Amino acid sequence: METTIGLVGKGFAIVAADRSAARSIVVFKQDEDKVLVLDKFKLLGSAGVAADSVAFTEYVQKNMALYEINSGLALSTRAASNFIRGELATALRRGPYQTNLLLGGYDAGDGASLYYIDYLASCNKVNFGCHGYASNFVLSILDREWKDGLTEEEGIEIIRKCIAELQVRFLVSLPKFTIKIVDHNGTRDLPQPVLAAA
Amino acid sequence: MRLESILDLGKKKVAAATDELGFALAGVKDPAAYSAANFSASYGATQDVKFAKGTTTLAFKFDGGVIVSVDSRSTMGNYIASQTVKKVIEINPFLLGTMAGGAADCSFWERNLGTQCRMYELRNKKRVSVAAASKMLANTMYRYRGRGLSMGTMICGWDASGPKLYYVDDDGTRLEGDVFCVGSGSTYAYGVIDSHLRRDLTVDEAVDLGRRAIAGAAHRDAMSGGWNNLYHVTEDGWRFLGQSGR
Repeated sequence: METTIGLVGKGFAIVAADRSAARSIVVFKQDEDKVLVLDKFKLLGSAGVAADSVAFTEYVQKNMALYEINSGLALSTRAASNFIRGELATALRRGPYQTNLLLGGYDAGDGASLYYIDYLASCNKVNFGCHGYASNFVLSILDREWKDGLTEEEGIEIIRKCIAELQVRFLVSLPKFTIKIVDHNGTRDLPQPVLAAA
Repeated sequence: MRLESILDLGKKKVAAATDELGFALAGVKDPAAYSAANFSASYGATQDVKFAKGTTTLAFKFDGGVIVSVDSRSTMGNYIASQTVKKVIEINPFLLGTMAGGAADCSFWERNLGTQCRMYELRNKKRVSVAAASKMLANTMYRYRGRGLSMGTMICGWDASGPKLYYVDDDGTRLEGDVFCVGSGSTYAYGVIDSHLRRDLTVDEAVDLGRRAIAGAAHRDAMSGGWNNLYHVTEDGWRFLGQSGR
């Protein structure tokens, strides 16, 4: 039931994910953070098997840090997306990592960007994206609402609408979300959206 | 020494050990066939002994530390194999692990974790954190994922950052939390814990809550029961509070 939602606006990208950790019919906790801060300018949201998501995103984070120490160069968001895609493609033929990802980043030259990556190692640069059952509800909202050059307030408002819709129509309860933003200042957490009672 | 003779020696040692230890078998003509027919908690094509399948184990944090409370029943299919199983594994004086799923897997891998923790202490001249210990176990589980291990455990302890509680299971999931219940009776235990847990419980109240949650689960879940073992973890390490029940 994992959910990740992301979008790009003018000079920023937002990545959000639900905070539930469940197994079978039991919800273990409601404060799990599924949006990893890869480095100062990159966010990686994951949805899928919990063990795979943690193992893979931490592997990516640590290898990118190692690359930066060795070479003195940080990967751009595009380079990072290709690195991640390559690792997933290699893993695919020997027991895949069952994890679907949204990579949001900000680069000095290119501005903000968002990449949709799935466990089958597809990788697409997108304006908005969503993984999991939530996409059935959320993509239509994003299709309708997203436009070029969104301001931060408009972007947050769209994410809020998506979460509100999930909490009204989706069978599975997703009471809490992590919402993170990346822009020229780096990454930061956004507060839980205030949702109108259904 | 040639390979064949090494293998021969190994076989002889195994045979000798079996003769010496020779544990009691069922007093029937063919004990193996009898066990396969009657204790048919099967796992895969052949009959394997899978102890401690149904279980209730719980642990929670409060201001006074961590309470760990477990039942003691072990079942093999519809047969109650034991009512006096120790489902809390004492990894070291500051770390406890609980047992749910396969008893052999839990006790073996938590013993293995104990060795890893001791190696960490010897190498780094300081006690291992609960976060690090639980990560070592989760990494082990992740390495053996899909190979049929069965384990649902809580790693509980006290380290430099205070009381800590982690859930680790056989597919490599590792979660930090304030309350966990694991096993077939876990939903019943959650019901009791969630309705009465507060951070400011006294130690006596917390112990009583742990006991009541296991009692509640043992009442509803046929595969849980026996006695209730209770542990309390503080900054001085864990303390066994004794057995109660029935």
